[in-house]
Amino acid sequence: MESLWVAKTGLEAQQTRMTVVAQNLANVNTTGYKRGRAMFEDLLYQNVTQVGGLTSQQTQSPTGLNLGTGVRVVATDKQFSQGNLVTTNNPFDVAVEGRGFFQVLLPDGTQAYTRDGTFQLDPQGQLVNSSGYAVQPAVTIPTSAQAVTVGVDGVVSAVLPGQADPIQVGTLQLTDFVNPGGLQPRGQNLFMETVASGPPQPGTPGLNGLGTLEQGTLETSNVNVVEELVSMIETQRAYEMNSRAIETSDQMLQHLTNSL
Amino acid sequence: MDRLLYVAMTGAKQLMQAQTVVAHNLANVSTTGFRADLARFEAAPVEGPGYPSRINTVASGLGFDRSQGTLVQTGGQLDVAIDGPGWLAVQTKDGAQAYTRGGSLNVNELGLLETERGDLVLGDNGPVAIPPNTGVTIAPDGTVSIVPQGQGPNTLAQIGRLKLVNPDPSKLEKRTDGLVRVAGGGKPPEADANVRVASGFIETSNVNMASSMVDMIEYARQFEVALRMMHVADENESRAANIASLS
Repeated sequence: MESLWVAKTGLEAQQTRMTVVAQNLANVNTTGYKRGRAMFEDLLYQNVTQVGGLTSQQTQSPTGLNLGTGVRVVATDKQFSQGNLVTTNNPFDVAVEGRGFFQVLLPDGTQAYTRDGTFQLDPQGQLVNSSGYAVQPAVTIPTSAQAVTVGVDGVVSAVLPGQADPIQVGTLQLTDFVNPGGLQPRGQNLFMETVASGPPQPGTPGLNGLGTLEQGTLETSNVNVVEELVSMIETQRAYEMNSRAIETSDQMLQHLTNSL
Repeated sequence: MDRLLYVAMTGAKQLMQAQTVVAHNLANVSTTGFRADLARFEAAPVEGPGYPSRINTVASGLGFDRSQGTLVQTGGQLDVAIDGPGWLAVQTKDGAQAYTRGGSLNVNELGLLETERGDLVLGDNGPVAIPPNTGVTIAPDGTVSIVPQGQGPNTLAQIGRLKLVNPDPSKLEKRTDGLVRVAGGGKPPEADANVRVASGFIETSNVNMASSMVDMIEYARQFEVALRMMHVADENESRAANIASLS
């Protein structure tokens, strides 16, 4: 009985979608989180009766019988729309307004990209993200620095004791991709470059279409709670329909075994 | 054995196939741009000498439902929904032209516009290439324009137009990969300037949940009737055997 298996694919797909919704809702307060979206496609069709087959020498069958085999989740898209900016007044919190990612160096030597600008200092005074991964290119703040300023173009300057003029101690760069949707989420708010994303294109914030930096602010998650709730209701109802299809198919089979 | 049994069996088997169509539609209730499949039954009389009392049933397709799905706002700049009749032309992996209403588009690693399932979206002159940009706009007539990377919003560049077609609906057929093609092949249809798209929207599946559920119940009950007929055939046969026995 094919309908059992077809309905099973429907249940599986809705369950995956529910996982995506739950993941989005769980990350509603995650800094720099980009929401996911499950995309479905119909599976292959079995051709039972060929459309256009000859029904006589002159006439053709106008329609055929194609039995579909269900549905699958083809992709979970990341939506790179801008999250809200919230002011924290912490000098090492930096948000990106517009396109671009901060680049950090993972312990294994590879590069990762993030929208989460919650930076801290490590014991050497180097700027690191919340997981302790160094920001690339490296920025080191002198230990005696009194105040640190991050400009919209990424210039990091510090005021040292006894000096009137701030000195430039480094610059923050942003990296853009042709297809940010092709980046692979890695957890820890990090994304990895893939073939689909295209090569990283580093640049100065504010130039060449890259976003600008805002010191003392953070970008919140771009999850829209209302949309997720609506999507959850839709998922649940679709799941119920498919489970009903399984139940009905089961009843048909039960009737078959009982009544004959 | 009585032919009644075979006629009833054919009915039950065809109902199971129709139930598969319903299950497939219900499974695709959230698939972007999905068009519901339609099933129907045809009477197939068994021709031959004598009174034509045996009329089998054959499940046959009725193509797909052409009605419009609901447009849902997503805000995605590469999401397009076709508003009204019409189709988005795509190039499949084998290079042929096919049509879809699933307008959730992406840019692939080569900078070409593609659908979720990886088919290249066609413009007036082949696949649409999207150069590095800071914003894409798709106009209601399918014109794609971008703000090139490194330039301000005052330098909007027009880079092409989606190929939107509206071939004769009676000639369209859904193939086994779920994409729609023009029956009989031939020259692909020309772009139609009257097809409108809504940017930032996707079109949902047009499966009508209520009628699918009703169909499902109806087929299940008809299946029971067919089985009942098989049971009756069995009973008739055993009574006949009893009467004819010599004990």
